Amino acid sequence: MNLLTLSWKYLSFRPLSTGLNAILLAFGLAIITVLLLVQHQFEQKMTRDAAGIDLVVGAKGSPLQLILASVYHIDFPTGNIKMEEAQRISRNRLVKQVIPLAMGDNRQGFRIVGTNHDYLSLYEVSFAAGKAWEFPFEVTLGASAAQALGLKLGDSFTGSHGISVGSHDHDQQQFKVTGILAPTGKVVDRLVLTSIESVWYTHEEQGEESVATEEVELPLEEGTSHEEEDHDAHAEALDPLKVPVAAQGFPSTNQEREVTSLLVRYRNPMAAIQLPRMINSATSMQAASPAFEMSRLFELLGVGISLLQGLAIALVVIAGLSIFIALYNSLKERKYDLAILRTLGASRGQLVTLVFLEGISLTTLGALLGIALGHGFLAIVVELTAQEVVNLVDPWVFLPEEGLIFGYALAVGMLASLIPAWSAYQTSIAKQLTKT
Amino acid sequence: MNLDFMLLQTNSLRFAHPGQAPISFPDISLAGGEALLILGQSGSGKTTLLNLLAGLHTPSQGSVVLDGVNLSTLKGHRLDLFRGQHVGIVFQKPHLIAALSVKQNLELAQFFGKKKGLSPTELLQDLGLAAKATAAVGTLSEGEAQRVSIARALVNSPKLILADEPTSSLDDLHAQRVVQLLKAQAAKIGAALVIVTHDQRVKTEVSQVLEVKSA
Repeated sequence: MNLLTLSWKYLSFRPLSTGLNAILLAFGLAIITVLLLVQHQFEQKMTRDAAGIDLVVGAKGSPLQLILASVYHIDFPTGNIKMEEAQRISRNRLVKQVIPLAMGDNRQGFRIVGTNHDYLSLYEVSFAAGKAWEFPFEVTLGASAAQALGLKLGDSFTGSHGISVGSHDHDQQQFKVTGILAPTGKVVDRLVLTSIESVWYTHEEQGEESVATEEVELPLEEGTSHEEEDHDAHAEALDPLKVPVAAQGFPSTNQEREVTSLLVRYRNPMAAIQLPRMINSATSMQAASPAFEMSRLFELLGVGISLLQGLAIALVVIAGLSIFIALYNSLKERKYDLAILRTLGASRGQLVTLVFLEGISLTTLGALLGIALGHGFLAIVVELTAQEVVNLVDPWVFLPEEGLIFGYALAVGMLASLIPAWSAYQTSIAKQLTKT
Repeated sequence: MNLDFMLLQTNSLRFAHPGQAPISFPDISLAGGEALLILGQSGSGKTTLLNLLAGLHTPSQGSVVLDGVNLSTLKGHRLDLFRGQHVGIVFQKPHLIAALSVKQNLELAQFFGKKKGLSPTELLQDLGLAAKATAAVGTLSEGEAQRVSIARALVNSPKLILADEPTSSLDDLHAQRVVQLLKAQAAKIGAALVIVTHDQRVKTEVSQVLEVKSA
C-alpha cells in the first residue's frame, strides 16, 4: 500500500466520473495529437520532397497546382511545355541542373513519371532490387508502389491513360519492372519511374496518326507529330525501343517533343531573383518556387488549423474544470476519510500529495487515452481514404512533441488539484471527527 | 504516583473550545494492559478528553505523557507519525476507507504508521474476519465493520487504544462482544485502553471508571 495505489483505488472506486473526465480530456488531447501529427508530417514531407528543388517550370496556370503536380504528384499538371524551350532554360547560366518530367499515365492510381536518373539522385534513393531503367519501357518502382501493385522484378504491366484511375489502358506496350527502390519516406515511394522516352512512345503507340505527345487534360500541342513523321535521323531508322534512353539531361530527338515540367536547381542566389521573373515574362512558361507556394498553402490552411486548435484548447479547459469539480466534490465526501488517514499517521503533506496524485493520475490516463485516440483516429482516416494526400500521413509515427501533451495533461492535473489539495491541507482532524 | 510505571499519564489537563468556558479534566494514570472507562453526559467534554489523549487537540494547560513522551513537545508530522504508531483509535462509526478492501484498510494503517506491528492476516483471523479479508468494505455488516475498525486500531500494536462510543450503534450482544474484544486485544499487546461512553452496558465490563463532569 502506498499513496499512488491509494489514489488509484480512489479513482477506480468512482469509475464513471473518472472515465468521463479521462475521456473528456482525451478528446481534447486527441485533437491536439492529430493536428500535431498531420502538421508535422505534412511540413516534414513537403520540405523533404522539395529539398534540392529551387524552382519548378511548367505550363502557365496555377503556380500552386504546378508545384503540387510536379513536386508532390498530388494535383493534375497544368499542361505541357515544348522541349525546345525547356532546353533553352537548362542552358541558362543561372541554372545548375534541370530535371525534366513527363507525366500522363498511371498504373492503378500510381503515377508513371518519365524522367532521367538525376531524379533518382535528387531523392538519394537506393535500390532494393534491380537497377534503374536503361531502355524504353523499363521502369523502376517506388517501394510503396511496388508493394501496393504487387509487382516484382521482371513483371510486366500496362499503364492507363490519365493521372488517376479509371481511364483506358495503353495495351499496346507493356512496361517491364527492372528496378525496385528501397523505402525512402519521400514522394518517390509512390511513383512508377521510367524514361521520358517511354512516356512519349506510349502515347505514340495509341494513335500514330493523331497525337504523339499529349497531356492528359490539356493536349496543348495536338498534332505535333504530323509534320514530324518524316523521320530522317539515324536513331529513328533503328527500332527506337532498342536504343538506350538518356540517363542525364534531355532525351535526344529530332522531333518537336514536349515534357510536362522541369525541376530546376539554381547555380547561385542571384538566380532566385532573376530566373523566375525572366521565365514568367519572357517565355510562354511559368516558374513557381516550392518554398513560396507551400508557405502560401499553409497560410490558407492556417485558419482551419487555428479553429481546431481553439476547439482542442476549449475541450482541455473544460476537462480541467470537470476534474477540479470531481476532485473537489469527492473531497467533500471524503473529509472524514482524510481525518481518519491523519489519525492513522498521515501528515498534511501526504494528504496533499494524495490529492495531487489523484488529479495527475487522472490526467495522465487522459493523456495516454488521448494520444492513443489521436493515432487511432488518424489510422482509421488513412485506412478509409483512398486520397493520396491523406495517405501521406503515417499514423504510427510518434513525435517528441507528444511529450508536450503529457506536459499539458500534467499542468491540467496540477491546476485542477490545487484548491482541493489546499482544502485537504486545511482539514482539522478533531473538528472533522467530532462532527457526526 | 510513580510516573515511570505509568504508560499513560495526564497532569491537570485544561482545554477551552473557542468562545466557551475552559474544561478541567481529572488526571489519568494507566499502566499497560489496564482499561479505563470514561463516563459522562453528552457535552461534558468526554470526546474533548479523548482528542487531547490522541494529540488531536493541544491542551491549553497541562500535559499528556504517553510512554514517556510528552505529546505537547511533538509538532506537525512527528505528532502525526507518533499517533499513527502508538495510538489506535476506534470511532463511534467504523469509518473504513470504502475504496479499499478489508485487508487493505489495515495495510493502509501500517503504511502511514511506517510500522510492521501485527500481521493483518493473522489479526483478521483472530477477530473472525479471515473470510472477509478481500471483501469490499461496503459489503460488511455493522458489527463486522466495527470489528475491522478495531483491527485497524490494533494493527500497529499501539501503546494506547482509544475507543469513542464504540458500542452506541450496536445491539446488546454485539456491544458486549466489542468491549470484550477490545479488552482482550489490549491486554494481549500490553496497551492501555481508554473507552469513552455514556453506554451503561459497558460499565459492567470495566472496573476503572472516571466521571467527567462539565463545570
